[in-house]
Amino acid sequence: MLQIALWKRLLIVLTCAFGLLLAMPNLFYGTVERYNDAHLALERTGAVSAELEPALDDWPDVLPSGLVNLGLDLRGGAHLLAEVQLSDVYESRVEAFWPDARDALRDVRDQVGTIRRQDAPAGELRIRISEPAGIQQAVAAVRDLASPIQSLTGVGQTDIDVTGAGDIVTLTLSEAERAATDDRTLQQSLEIIRRRVDEAGTREPTIQRQGADRILIQVPGIGSAAELKELIGTTAQLTFHPVVSRQGTAGQSVDIDELLVPDLEFPDQYYVLERTPVVTGDDLVDSQGAFDQNGRPAVTFRFNPQGARAFGQYTAANIGSPFAIVLDDEVVTAPVIQSAITGGSGQITGNFTVEEANRLSILLRAGALPAELTFLEERTIGPELGQDSIDAGQIASIVAMAAVLVFMILAYGLFGTFATVALGINVALIFGLLSLIGGTLTLPGIAGIVLTIGMAVDANVLVFERIREELKTAKGPARAIELGYERALSAIVDANITTFIIATILFTLGSGPVRGFAVTLGIGILTSVFTSIFVTRLLIVLWFERRRPRTIQV
Amino acid sequence: MRLRLVPQETNFDFFRYRKITFGGSIIAMIASILIWLTVGLNFGIDFLGGTTIRTEATSEVSVADYREALAPLDLGDITISEVFDPTFEEGQHVAQVRIQAQEGQESVTPDVICAVEDALRVVDPSITFPSVESVGPKVSGELIQTALLAVAASLGAILIYIWLRFEWQFSVGAIAALVHDVILTIGVFSLLQIRFDLATIAALLTIIGYSINDTVVLFDRLRENLIKFKKTALQEVMNRSTNETLSRTLMTSGTTLLALLALLILGGDVIRGFVFAIFWGVIVGTYSSVYVAKNVVLMLGLDREPKKPDAGMQVPVGDEA
Repeated sequence: MLQIALWKRLLIVLTCAFGLLLAMPNLFYGTVERYNDAHLALERTGAVSAELEPALDDWPDVLPSGLVNLGLDLRGGAHLLAEVQLSDVYESRVEAFWPDARDALRDVRDQVGTIRRQDAPAGELRIRISEPAGIQQAVAAVRDLASPIQSLTGVGQTDIDVTGAGDIVTLTLSEAERAATDDRTLQQSLEIIRRRVDEAGTREPTIQRQGADRILIQVPGIGSAAELKELIGTTAQLTFHPVVSRQGTAGQSVDIDELLVPDLEFPDQYYVLERTPVVTGDDLVDSQGAFDQNGRPAVTFRFNPQGARAFGQYTAANIGSPFAIVLDDEVVTAPVIQSAITGGSGQITGNFTVEEANRLSILLRAGALPAELTFLEERTIGPELGQDSIDAGQIASIVAMAAVLVFMILAYGLFGTFATVALGINVALIFGLLSLIGGTLTLPGIAGIVLTIGMAVDANVLVFERIREELKTAKGPARAIELGYERALSAIVDANITTFIIATILFTLGSGPVRGFAVTLGIGILTSVFTSIFVTRLLIVLWFERRRPRTIQV
Repeated sequence: MRLRLVPQETNFDFFRYRKITFGGSIIAMIASILIWLTVGLNFGIDFLGGTTIRTEATSEVSVADYREALAPLDLGDITISEVFDPTFEEGQHVAQVRIQAQEGQESVTPDVICAVEDALRVVDPSITFPSVESVGPKVSGELIQTALLAVAASLGAILIYIWLRFEWQFSVGAIAALVHDVILTIGVFSLLQIRFDLATIAALLTIIGYSINDTVVLFDRLRENLIKFKKTALQEVMNRSTNETLSRTLMTSGTTLLALLALLILGGDVIRGFVFAIFWGVIVGTYSSVYVAKNVVLMLGLDREPKKPDAGMQVPVGDEA
């Protein structure tokens, strides 16, 4: 009557053993973590630092080494949610069309007359022509600059929209081009942030795209969000402009194709520069922190061939006139060109400290962010607070476990003992599964585990109560146990499916800590159903087979 | 000797004091809504935007001194509250400084945070800042939306699931019980001015999950008994089912509350609000399964025309309605 097939027994025991094995590394968290770090270093660079070397032998290779990741609220670190100002890019993209548009319109000068650039909102280029009759030719000439879009969704469309009204030609990016640009901008930003964070050498950062224009950055172990912001919040847009005048004043109105830029060192001093840069940081291939001939910290740079050519031609043609090196809308330095610079490399000397020079070179090397970032959310959690939370959570879990254990044994005697054994296995399985899928444990996640400890016995309680009832109708102990499990099943399944639905919704809609809670809750449901239906049943059957009791008391 | 929360055989009439229990629930709900509307919830920065800074010092926290130090910074509304917790060590004094969202800014700039930290360091040189969190108004607005959506989606999903598994009256009863639990929890949070943030929403959903669990177990037994006792009055079958499952209901609530109590006392102040919400929810959830869900089903009445015999509960029947 009360039987479980041998293969089922083996399967249950093996599943438990496997779960326990997967959970085990978490008991030796520090050791396994160093072991994993050492292996990662070995994989990436092919070598291990002397410091990490002994860690390789601290943990046997045959054992699993997956760990439960600790969330930022437990480990400490910084969390930033950044929004990429996608429209920044439209501006520079449109800006880049101006020289070409000017040339194109000059070619048809006899029809459109003279041309003049007009003030326009950001992301729009407006050109006034002196012969309104030629507007159609003007539009056609500018439209010729359009190129087809290379993206899946934008097939057959071009990158710019050109319209003419009265004597004004207006150029904007097309809808499809904006979408394609947005996507590219975000990908680039992601890539550049990742490179910068990696260059700074922090461990296991999470850098994820969120939604259409957001990037989530989580860096464990970093001191503060401000520090992280300094690293990734700087655009590091480097450009080289011809200088129109060194004597600018704040608020001075300048020509449409000129820029008014303050000096980095003396904010009161302003330069008037040509708006279109000669070369930009995009053409940089390398940058290093160094010292100039006077021993002052400097930053060296090297252009790619294209940049080197443009820079060489410009410097050759403008010997004796100044040009400005502009970093994020501030003039770093504005030297006079002494001779043509054809080698494609140079150095920037400003008023840097050694650290500043090094950081700037990291930023230049990693590349400029294509657009500015605004930070929507930032959280810093100190490692001590995280450790306090882990300790408190640990104590609370142990006390909770002990309390439930005593309660169950008092209420159900031997059967209660079976249930608590299953509960222990259940908690181990939760950790095993979390380690297997690389889940993240957060503080609410610990609460989820404690809640699971309390609720996991529910299925057993349902079964035991049912067995008690079935015993009243006196069908013999074996039959009562059998029926108890059978008849309690539908309630167990229904009750757990509804909770699982909730966990799924929490997972889909939540973020960070809440998501961590959803994961432990969901996993807890799966493992608790398994342990209370299969594991306790197996324990009871094994006991029953040995003892063959005539009566049982539940 | 066995620990029994209830006698082996119980025969309570759960509908006897229906006016008091059901009426009491309705009054409690109305009271909760009134408190909610008049006192309001103490929203955290997740929903309001702003910055919270946790401070830790070896000397006593003086809220007045902190306030005075921060006043010249002109940061608008600043709330400072001392945090107490049994897990703190001797000489560990913690406070929470909350600064409202600044006009025209998303998250607070590092300058502002630095200024605040410097000002507080003058008051107490031993002060450290274990956590600094800042949420901009854009994100907080979205978080509110997400939270509401999550609660609505959960209720909707459960409505549909119970409807498929049981009959529509059950599903209405279950939702009534859930709404009851959620409203009472919001009421308590308004009354005690506990911080209401994203974690609280997660707790609310957990309460929904727990309460529905309880309700489903009861409904499952009710369904079984309705087949067994075809001629008995609905109210009596309900009473019988409740009595039969009473022991289990209290056992499970007991173990869950026991585990949560450990967390509530020992788990630290960071998640106390979250744990308190679940703790409270388990209590009202247990109550509502026994006293609210069934009453609603009874009021709606059930169509008890003989149907084709149920093959058995172990077969997951897709639809019985």
